Amino acid sequence: MTISLTEAPFDPGALLTAFTRGRSETGAVATFTGIARAEQGATAVLELEAYPGFTEAAIGKIADEARGRWALHDVAILHRVGRIGPGEPIVFVATAAGHRRAAFEACDFLMDYLKSRAPFWKKEHGPDGERWIEPTAQDHADRERWG
Amino acid sequence: MARVLLFGPLRDLAGWRERQIEADSLSALRIVLAAEDADLGEAIGGPGVQVAIDQAVVRGDAALTADSEVAFLPPMSGG
Repeated sequence: MTISLTEAPFDPGALLTAFTRGRSETGAVATFTGIARAEQGATAVLELEAYPGFTEAAIGKIADEARGRWALHDVAILHRVGRIGPGEPIVFVATAAGHRRAAFEACDFLMDYLKSRAPFWKKEHGPDGERWIEPTAQDHADRERWG
Repeated sequence: MARVLLFGPLRDLAGWRERQIEADSLSALRIVLAAEDADLGEAIGGPGVQVAIDQAVVRGDAALTADSEVAFLPPMSGG
């Protein structure tokens, strides 16, 4: 299992290739890549702040919960921090399992928790100034689907 | 002397991210911060602001040592 934060842009394709390599018993790998939206020009830059150490530990607990719920062979989560431009990947989640259902569901679960519970502070910089963002009602509703 | 960290909107409000502050407990630290900056003092006691000491979330008061790291964590944005 790998959980990491990076200030540098990343290539989701290269991450998927590395994550998939060398598996002979894994029948399914599911991935999710989140990309920073421009919001029709309203967001020029997204600024994401984490608490190094604390943030990875909190994400690790979410990943452990996923491993308790589904029979996963592996999990990888990479999250950008710092300043992120529109169109740049911001998060990559990959799950590996024997069969597809566990891989799909665990990936979905991980994203719902990351979007609503992970210790990040996110600020949008746009032409009208800057504003801090909190999870939306939809983000909370998405997480509550998992009980 | 504790190392105090502010995140997100708290950092913008205070105008600093990290400082060394003399305090032997979390409650004493809150008093020092409020005396210097009333807005910050109020904000760190606000709803949804969690406190972590040495990266573990605490509730209520707690003792601080010379190398304690105290982080004030406003409501999180999620990833």
